[in-house]
Amino acid sequence: MQIFTCPFCGPRPETEFHFGGDLGNARPEGFRAVSDDEWSRYLYHRRNEKGAVREVWMHMTCGELFAMERDSVTMEAAPGHALHGDAP
Amino acid sequence: MTGFRLKTGGEIDRARPVTFTFDGESVTGFAGDTYASALMASGHMVMGRSFKYRRRRGLWGAGVEEPNVWLDITCGAGFAPGRRATTEPAQHGAVTRAATASPSAERDATGAFDWFGRFIPSGFYYKTFMWPDWHLFERHIRAQAGIGTVRRDFTDVPPADRIHHHCDLLVVGAGPVGLAAAVMAAEAGARVMLVDEQDRAGGSLLAHPAVIDGQAAPDWLAAALARLAAAGARVLMRATAFGSYDHGLVAVNQRHDDGRSDTMWQVRPHHVLLATGAIDRPLPFANNDLPGIMSAEAALVYLRRYAVAPGRRVVVATSNNRTGAVAQALAEAGVAVTLVDARADATAPAGIALIRSRIIEAHGRRGVRSVTLADGQRIDCDAVLVSGGLTPTIHLYAQARGKPAWDAEKAAFVPGSTVAGMTLAGAAAGQFTLAGAFAALPEALAPLGLPLAAAPVTGAAPRYEIAAMWPEPGEKGRVWIDLQHDVTAKDVELAARENFTSVEHLKRYTTLGMATDQGKTSNLAGLALMGALTGRTVPQVGTTTYRPPYTPVPYESFAAGRRGVRFNPVKRLALESAHRAAGAVLREYGGWLRPAFYGTDDSAILIEAKQARESAALFDGSTLGKIEVMGPQAEDFLEFVYYNSIRSLKPGRGRYCFVLSETGVVFDDGVLLRLAPDHFIVSCSSSHVDGMRGLLEEWRQDRFDPSRVFIHDATQHWATLTVSGPQARAIIAGAGVEADLSDDVLPHMAIGAGRFGDQPLRIARVSFTGDRSYEISIRATQAAPLWAALRQAGSDHGAVLLGMEALTILRAEKGYLIIGKDTDGTTLPQDLGLTGPLAKKSEEFIGRRSLILPDAADANRRQFTGIEVTDGLGPLPCGAHGVEDRDGRPRSLGYVTSSYFSPTLDRPIALGLIERAQARQGEEIAFQHLGQRRRGRLVAPCFLDPDGGRLHG
Ligand SMILES: [Zn+2]
Repeated sequence: MQIFTCPFCGPRPETEFHFGGDLGNARPEGFRAVSDDEWSRYLYHRRNEKGAVREVWMHMTCGELFAMERDSVTMEAAPGHALHGDAP
Repeated sequence: MTGFRLKTGGEIDRARPVTFTFDGESVTGFAGDTYASALMASGHMVMGRSFKYRRRRGLWGAGVEEPNVWLDITCGAGFAPGRRATTEPAQHGAVTRAATASPSAERDATGAFDWFGRFIPSGFYYKTFMWPDWHLFERHIRAQAGIGTVRRDFTDVPPADRIHHHCDLLVVGAGPVGLAAAVMAAEAGARVMLVDEQDRAGGSLLAHPAVIDGQAAPDWLAAALARLAAAGARVLMRATAFGSYDHGLVAVNQRHDDGRSDTMWQVRPHHVLLATGAIDRPLPFANNDLPGIMSAEAALVYLRRYAVAPGRRVVVATSNNRTGAVAQALAEAGVAVTLVDARADATAPAGIALIRSRIIEAHGRRGVRSVTLADGQRIDCDAVLVSGGLTPTIHLYAQARGKPAWDAEKAAFVPGSTVAGMTLAGAAAGQFTLAGAFAALPEALAPLGLPLAAAPVTGAAPRYEIAAMWPEPGEKGRVWIDLQHDVTAKDVELAARENFTSVEHLKRYTTLGMATDQGKTSNLAGLALMGALTGRTVPQVGTTTYRPPYTPVPYESFAAGRRGVRFNPVKRLALESAHRAAGAVLREYGGWLRPAFYGTDDSAILIEAKQARESAALFDGSTLGKIEVMGPQAEDFLEFVYYNSIRSLKPGRGRYCFVLSETGVVFDDGVLLRLAPDHFIVSCSSSHVDGMRGLLEEWRQDRFDPSRVFIHDATQHWATLTVSGPQARAIIAGAGVEADLSDDVLPHMAIGAGRFGDQPLRIARVSFTGDRSYEISIRATQAAPLWAALRQAGSDHGAVLLGMEALTILRAEKGYLIIGKDTDGTTLPQDLGLTGPLAKKSEEFIGRRSLILPDAADANRRQFTGIEVTDGLGPLPCGAHGVEDRDGRPRSLGYVTSSYFSPTLDRPIALGLIERAQARQGEEIAFQHLGQRRRGRLVAPCFLDPDGGRLHG
């Protein structure tokens, strides 16, 4: 059981969290301008990196999205940080 | 055999005999015995059968390393299948049987397997039973497979406790090194937990005498435990640390042996010290699996703890210098001992006959009778004790991603890389002398950062010396490597010949180390032989990945309290007791416990569905989502969230809308209510509230200004009571609800307000039945009086209480779909015939770009349709596939998603997802289910009142 640190609630068990994808997988805007390839990359292509990864997670109990850096090999997880301004 | 009880000694209580049966035969031991020691003391030699060839097998070990002797134990009401005889305390009155044999270990009916064993090599299953069809063989193979019996009359065991525990230091192993470490840390102020799988502390001291800090071992042991108690340390016996998991979690399963289920400890220590000791390995020679051949270390445990000797003429064979002490202890107990030591410079304790050689073959049928040595001489014996050297127990370290390192001098894998938050001490760290292990303790405990008292001292012992003996290529006869899974040296050679040379392939191809003993005594010999066969060293071959659990753990320990109603707790309606009082049968729907129907059996369903159309129906729709969205950006936000345009939605009105995922797939449907320009209520499907809340939060925070749009899930704060049917308006008025229900003020899809007594109400004119319908929302705690008043008024108008089963028939008559039932993970809105918003809406919304990908325009997409049964055989089975025959083979066109008998229409109706359904309306196609063919015609999904007049009726 991993322990993740929500920037708003502190360290909590991993079962309270929901994975939100790679950090920085920006949504291509403008449905008329975006190509099929661009859109498919946004939907389906994941970095799936070995080692340091930066991800978005949601803490389901407080409902806040936040960014977290993890190591996909050692499973070490740094404390999460808020996406908007500073956490209390 | 041959094993017998000594007149004196041991930790057993000779005043308290313990009698149990083994394979129907009565056996008497003493309190303090394990089943294994009692069986051995009473002369039993054959105690089990091997897994694959059904070879006779006897005891190998004295603890968790035991590969051979597994018992099904019935004691009182309790039944424990497949337990190691070596770790279970003998219970008076227990009925045990060999778990690997049928009918008994002595007379196993499948013993003939061994006779043609040479025809069952590794990979036999893969090669043989694949033709013509594995399923022809499966039943017979399954009957042979597995350890232990599943009893049909099994009664559930009480739930296990789960305890979450935090401490500064967790010490695993209460041998001398673990105890000393725990005392040092606890007396320095650390919060210490000490666990050990055995029933008493002491570890190796229980078999090997020692003098520590000037005290005899038993005195030092007692003093150490007293000091731990005084320092407030928590000491658990019969507690196995079986797994180390991510982020420092160590799982410990504690046995109680008193009828209680186990206790599962989830421990999060700041630091873990593994003092888990080491396990003795076998020696390779032909027939090294015969009953009577056992671990020398184990024999010493039986001698010291249980006062049991393995035989009267014993050969002790070894590759190392630790075994002379075993020979000496047996000789002192009056046993005739011959020491066979493979080391050229071996010496023996005074009075012990020494032969510098090695065993090449053992002889005997029901048990070992003699051995042949490499120099050709043959020695008669009734027991053979072997020691192939020590393997440090580093499982928890390796599970925590520690990388073992090969120590050639000790012929063992020892801890290599460091693991944060974990150190090892004693034999587990490759420190095979007690003095050396004590001396290394300050370093092992240094991560605690505490000022520690000095470690204990003990007399110096000789360095560990070993002349490693591994199975060699081309061994004569059958040299057994994995006793529990019947893997021989020849199997490893076969794997090498067939190029399964990687250690992970070797394991899977031969099943080496995959049995419930997890290869504790066998893995290393297999790796060494594979190395020899492929010109690699042992470290080049490497080890397989270590995974929890270290020893088998009962399922109830993992489940703990999460069983029965607590397995996946349901959400409950505020009016549950009122529904029960009205005779409701409750079932789970999307996580909610709801009335399925009212009555004693499901014949009530059709009556409810019919009467609802004729007069009126009351149902509890409280589970409907009520997520409030507020703020100046609420409209922008929802315009992006919804597939439909919502900007044109006026305050006081609702609109039936869809939400898509970014892949364009329909995610949810429901009515969006607009209470005010900046205040909306998302009435999502009952089972999608959590999912919708997550989706709304995600986009709110990712794309909008979280200080200008807010989300609040009020689903459970409000009860929603629905009145539907031609008489609905009269019933509501009759119940004493104060509200203007006239169609001018409250037309279809309008929202109104009202009062019931002093309670404010929200009334939404929304219909899931297709009839005139009012959803009345009231504070959940105040719902009971309103429900009672509606029922009272309803009885004057013939209103029926409507359960979920009848409601789903009513909505299917209207072709109203249920997301996730009538749609699947590929359904786009255009597959439902909803193309308007995509054509008209100019703004961006979730999933929009996906709706114009090439796949979305595929002409062969499965589309939502009604299905009329044309063969007169009643409702189609739900899940039946629409099929067309192509080249003589049926090809699926999609499937039936909903199917009912409609009492109002007096005929079966169905909905489905069928290829090109929109273009094939009116066409009759075949449906297939479990070999049966049916016929049906594709029609519009709405079977009843297609003009919608009943909404206003
Ligand atoms: Zn949080």
